[in-house]
Parts: sequence; C-alpha cells; structure tokens
Amino acid sequence: MSAPYAKLPAWADFGLIPLINLIVAFLVAGLVVLLVGESPIEAAGLLLKGAFGSGSGIGYTLYYATSFIFTGLAVAVAFHCGLFNIGGEGQAYVGGLGVALVCLTFDGLLPWWLNFLLAIAGCAAIGAIWAMIPGWLQAKRGSHIVITTIMFNFIAASLMVYLLVGALKPPGSMAPQTRTFLPDAHLPKLNWLIEMFGFSVRSTPLNLSFILALVMAVVVWALIWRTKLGYEIRTMGFSPKAARYAGIKEARIIVITMAISGALAGMMALNPVMGDQHRLQLDFVTGAGFVGIAVALMGRSHPAGIVPAAILFGMLYQGGAEISFVMPHISRDMIVIIQGLVILFAGALEHMFRPAVQAAFASLSPRAVGIDAEAKGEGA
Amino acid sequence: MAQSAIELKGIDKSFGAVRANRDIDLEIAPGTIHGIIGENGAGKSTLMSILYGFYQADRGEIFVNGRKIAIDSPNDAIAAGIGMVHQHFMLVHNFTVLENIILGAEGASLLNTGIARARSELQRLEQEYSLEVDPDAIIEQLPVGLQQRVEILKALYRGAEILILDEPTGVLTPAEADHLFRILRKLKDEGKTIVLITHKLREIMAVTDNVSVMRQGAMVATRKTAATTVEELAELMVGRRVLLRVEKGEARPGEVKLSVKNLSVRDSRGVLMVDDVSFDVRGGEIVGIAGVAGNGQSELIEAIAGTRRAETGTVLLDGAPIDVVGAADPGELRTRGLAHVPEDRHHVGLVLPFEENENSILGYHGMDFYLNGPFLNIEAIRSDARDKIEKYDIRPADCRLKTANFSGGNQQKIVLAREMEKDPGVLVVGQPTRGVDVGAIEFIHKQLIAMRDQGKAVLLISVELDEIRSLSDRILVMFDGRIVGERGPDATEGELGLLMAGVEAQEAAE
Repeated sequence: MSAPYAKLPAWADFGLIPLINLIVAFLVAGLVVLLVGESPIEAAGLLLKGAFGSGSGIGYTLYYATSFIFTGLAVAVAFHCGLFNIGGEGQAYVGGLGVALVCLTFDGLLPWWLNFLLAIAGCAAIGAIWAMIPGWLQAKRGSHIVITTIMFNFIAASLMVYLLVGALKPPGSMAPQTRTFLPDAHLPKLNWLIEMFGFSVRSTPLNLSFILALVMAVVVWALIWRTKLGYEIRTMGFSPKAARYAGIKEARIIVITMAISGALAGMMALNPVMGDQHRLQLDFVTGAGFVGIAVALMGRSHPAGIVPAAILFGMLYQGGAEISFVMPHISRDMIVIIQGLVILFAGALEHMFRPAVQAAFASLSPRAVGIDAEAKGEGA
Repeated sequence: MAQSAIELKGIDKSFGAVRANRDIDLEIAPGTIHGIIGENGAGKSTLMSILYGFYQADRGEIFVNGRKIAIDSPNDAIAAGIGMVHQHFMLVHNFTVLENIILGAEGASLLNTGIARARSELQRLEQEYSLEVDPDAIIEQLPVGLQQRVEILKALYRGAEILILDEPTGVLTPAEADHLFRILRKLKDEGKTIVLITHKLREIMAVTDNVSVMRQGAMVATRKTAATTVEELAELMVGRRVLLRVEKGEARPGEVKLSVKNLSVRDSRGVLMVDDVSFDVRGGEIVGIAGVAGNGQSELIEAIAGTRRAETGTVLLDGAPIDVVGAADPGELRTRGLAHVPEDRHHVGLVLPFEENENSILGYHGMDFYLNGPFLNIEAIRSDARDKIEKYDIRPADCRLKTANFSGGNQQKIVLAREMEKDPGVLVVGQPTRGVDVGAIEFIHKQLIAMRDQGKAVLLISVELDEIRSLSDRILVMFDGRIVGERGPDATEGELGLLMAGVEAQEAAE
C-alpha cells in the first residue's frame, strides 16, 4: 500500500513530528558536546545568541537561509516528480556563471534592477540546462538520475576551475576569480529588514535575493498544487503507471521538472555572487546544494516547511561559527556533526517516531485517525 | 463431543478506529473442511492473520486442540501445527520445488543433508496425499496450479495438521479448482483440518462441511453446509437480499465501434502475450473476454487503450485508426471517446495519496473545463467531484479525503464515475469488481448494462467467469494469447472452462 501509515492531523504531521526529530537531534548533539568537555547548555546559548542575538547575526543567518531556500525548493520540486536531484551543488555553481556573465557584460550599462532581472534569467537558464541533461538521460536512456547528477557536480566543478583560471580571470590577477562587479550590478542590502526587529546593523550580507527566495517559495507552491503541470508532476511522482494511463508524457515531465529544479538551484548563485561577494569566486556554493537536500527532507517538500527549515540551517551555520569561536574545543567539524545529526534525525530517520506518535493519537482520539479500513481488512 | 481443532474466543482486533474483528467466537471441528466467507473487508483475512501470527489480537484467546496458546509469530503457528497457503504464493521463483520446500527449515548449515531428508519426506507426502510434483522442477516453469500444490506441500512438510487456504482459487481455471478440491477432500480423509477462506459461494457449497459467515468484522452465523443455501449465505454476507443474477434486456448491437485486427503484443520480457487477435465490438453490446489470468487479456486491453505498445496490428476506433504500434496516447484516445477502467486501480487507475477530487480528473485534467489557463480550476474540479460522489453514491461523501482511505468498492466507483461521466463511445473495462464488495458489484454491473443500453460499446475482461457470463452479450475466450473460441451468453461454465484451459483449442480455432 502506498499509505503505510495512519493519517495524522496536519499540524502533527508537519509540526509535531519535525519538532520531535529536531529535539532528539539536539539532545544527541548535546551529548557529543558533553563528551568533548563543554557545557551543552552554554553551547546552545551561544548558538542562539550567535544566530539571532545581533543585527549582523540575523543578517548572516538569513543570508545563509536564502541560499538554502533556493536549493531546498530545487530538491523539493524534483522530489514531487519522484526524482532525487543530488546535483543542486553543481547546478548552483554553473548558475554563478550565468550571474557573472550578465554582470560583467552589463554592469556599466544598465541600472541594477535590469541587471538583476537579466541575472535571474541567466542563472536560471544555465542551471536549468545543467539539470536537463541528466533529466534527458534518465527519461530517454534510463541512466539513473542520482548517478548522473552527482557526476554533473564534478563536471561543473572542473568547468568552473577551467574558466576561473582562464577566460574569466582578469589578466595579471593571481586569484581564481572574476573582477569585482561595478556597483550597478550589486543587489540592494536589506538592512531595513533587520532594523525592523529593533537591531542596528552596519554591514550585512543579507540582500534582495532573500525576498526573491520567498517569492519563489510561493511560486513553487502554486506550481505544484495549483497548475496542470504540477498535477502532472505529482501524478508522475506518486505513480508513473498512473501517469502513463492518464496520458502524461513521462519523458517530457521528467525533463521539464529537472529544468525547473535546476533553475531554482541556479538562482541560488544570485545570493552570494551578486548580493554579497560581487564577483564570481571558486567554490562559492560551499555545500549549499547538499544542505538543500536536508532542507527539503525536513520541510517535507512543502515550501511552508522549506522556509523554516532553511532558516534553521542558516542558524546552525551562523550560530555554529559563533560556538567554535568562543569554545576552542569545539571546532568547525563539531558544527558539521551537529548539522549531520539534524539531517539524520529530520531527514533519514524521519519515520522513526511516527508510529509512536500515531499510536498516541489513536489512543487519545480514535476518530482523529482515519485508517484505511479496506486495506487493513484485506491486507494479509 | 470431540475436541475442537481450533477454538477462538472473543477475538478483537482494531486498526486505529476500525474494528477489523469484533468479539469473534469460532470453533472448527477436527477432520473437517470449514469455510469462512464474507465480503472484502469483512475481516476474514485479519482473523486468519491473527491465527497465523501475523497480527496479535487486542483481546481474546486461541485454543488449538483444546490447549490455550499464544501465537506471536508464524513460527508459533507452525509449531502449533498450523500451516497457511497464501493468496499470493510465497515462493522463490528461480528455486526448485525442493529448495522452496526446505526454505526456512534447512535443518543444517550444509544443504545436502537437509535436501536428502526433504526428498524422502516429500516422496512420502506425495504418495500419502497424491500431491505429485517433480521435486527438481523450477518454480517459475510450473503452472499456477502446481505452484499452489508446492505451497500445500510446504505446509505439510512443516507438520501442519491444520491448513488455512486464503482465496485459493482466484488464480485457477475451473478444472484446476476442481482438482484442488479433490486434494482438500483427500487431506480431510487423512485427518487434516482445513480452513478455506473465500468469497465464492459456489466453492463453499462444493467442498465444505461447515461454513461461517463474517460481516463487518463480526461472525454473524455458522451453518452446516448441507443445511444451508447459496441464497441464505449471500443474504448473511451482505445483510440484505441480493440479486445474484444481473437483470438485463436484449442487446441491440449497432455500428462497429471498436475493431481489432491482427493485434500482437509482447510483454516487457519480450514474451508474445497477444498473438494475432482480431475481433469487433459494436455499439450496444458487451463483449466479454474470458480467460485464466495471464493469458494475454491484460496486455490486450492495455494495447487498445494505448498504455502498452503493440507489436503489429491495427485498431480502429469509430473507423479511424489508433496508432497502437507507434505512439498511441491515452490522453488523445480519451478525447476520441475511448474510456478505460484499468485492471489495477491501486497503481494505474488511481493515485492513492491524492485527494478524491484530484483523482476524479486523472487523465481528463487537460480539459478546458478543469483549467484556468495553466492553472487548475479548483472550484470546478471540486464541484464536479461532488456531483459524481452524489450520482455514484461514493462514500464517504468527502471529495477532500485521501483516496487511500476509501474502500475498494468506493475506489472503483471513483474510477467508473470518472470514465463514464464523459460520455465515451467505447468503454474498455478490466476486472471491474475485483476486491469490491457485493453491494457495489451490483451497482457497477447495473452501470455497465446502462452504458450498453445507451448504445456504447463495452469491452470487458474479468477473471470472474460468473461476471463474464452474466454481463456479456458475446464471450470470447483467450488462451495463450489467442482467441480460441466465441460463445453466446448461455454457454455453460464447463464449456468455457475447457476453452480457458486450452482443451479443444484446435477445434475451437477452426
């Protein structure tokens, strides 16, 4: 049966269970902190303070979250079609090429908002093409998308090194990066947003692409649940046989879905390249593509879950840096462990506590849990 | 009075809010064949799963031969002398008969000793119960009837004194089923106790000594088979009087709506499943294709409906060709008036995690009526779904409910409503009442007859011979990919059974 679990109320499904998973992840992380001889409570305090305790802390948290929203949405769209797009990292990386080409070409000519629109189109198009190739190989040749998207990450990395030490590098420069864009190709900062929370801030990496990320979350929601294309994507994801029966063209939907997924991943590049560093650097993605997988898992592939999950991971990135700064025993690697535990409990072990929660609900209020009577009845 | 082989007292089992078994008492006398009948979802399988240790009862006691025991796993059941033959065989396809029989009871870490012992034991069992099977045959090369025999031998090899058979005849031809019944009687004569779970009333009458009827999780009656009738049992099963015969008038066949010519189809393994099949279906008639499952009927209707590529042949829909060999598109065929109720509603006809209203447009989701540009017109979709729910009496009447939470009969009604409401000229229907309760069967049959009476062409395949016989105006029998005979609706079961088994194939083909 495709509904192996009883139905829970939506708030429990989307709120309670992720919360339990998260609490367990932090408890285990606390044990690890205890093992290296630091106080978990103090570490938790530092984490929160580092992430939300200051204007620049909030700025960094949301800056990281912006990248994770894009990559999380990218993974989620593919999930809905039953595709596991591991290639967000590479798609975002080549997306940076789209941003850089637009900015390097037009930064002295066009106003920032026109550059912004062109850069969106550029990074989305290149990211889409980069994801469409594995999608096409899956649809037409049956090459498994997990394998091909991983391989495309390596191809992207090699391609970008080649370009950044070659054609894109200004002559005479020793650094593998492009020249700095002119101010016409810088995205506006969102200092006002942080000031709304009553913090003062001088410099923050948080930029307009955060708003774009939120807009894309709404767009993805509408696409998946309110359009014909989204309906076909979900049908395909749940049951390819039903999709064929319904006259949905399998190959077409796979390629289109991967293109959308890749475009979203590619748009992640706007945030660091155009919003913060103002140049294309080597390895600017720094794992955001992979974090997107955890964000999508934790957010249950729903934009309303992905945005908070992305902010949570942004908090871990920013607050984690704070912990390793103050607590010398806790290195950067420890932060990776904590992030790994969150991914493990929120993503991979997502169903671990579900049966217990369901049993609790069933005993509390049997009516709330509509079990598939027929399936159970003839199940064995 | 002799001690009961099995006695169940007050068995209760709930899945969440659903009480699958309510306070069930059951006594099964040793050395008898005891039938348990009930509609799908009545709780038969759940009860037997409790007896075999797949589920644990919430309350209640189990006595085997007068001794109270706890059955926490199938191993406990086997130790207590209970064996089970499942509806879907639990055999390893590329193992030999012998290897399958010792699976899980190998006895030692080296196989040869176990195999040698099993071989002699198997010979004894075969002789004792006349259950001949070649111990070295590979399972997948055996016909279904023999595979089932291996399942029975497996249970006997483990020392089963009590044998539970769950819907054993679903995959058998009438002749194979008769053979099975002879084996069961023989086992009974040797002192074994047999529990037969089925929803087919005729089998109960043919082979059992006693019969218990389940309805909605409760045991409603136990009768001596000799002292009851089919009508009484049907009424007990459903809780009201049921029309066992479908009432329909004369067919008035009109124009040829669907014409199949020299169609050949291979399955995904490359095996030729449909071999040069030709026939016509006219408006106003129901053409039924009878056959044992796996003789090409599924591939035939899939090819016609465009969900499987044919190898050669042509199909004409209202005189215009369907590109069955190249790129037939089920979506386009729908717009041309060919509706398709697929055999497998769980994986093909429905998307179970979808809401009911989302499934009510599957395949028709591209129609302007349901769309606003690229967006779904949620209001139109839901109000349309609510109309269908009312018209087809789909319960519960909630178009936002997940489809998985509907019963089998109501799921089938969702599919039928969707396919019939767009006024198709041709309806291709596969297994319309598989896993559907008796009440809904009646409704579905009436709908199909109504379609016929409106002048539509209906092509029906079903493994239920009774269904084919009572609905069809013409019956085509398929065996081994070919149509081996055509009969009228008054053909006897024996006659069709022989055709289905490939006997007389030569004469019939002439």
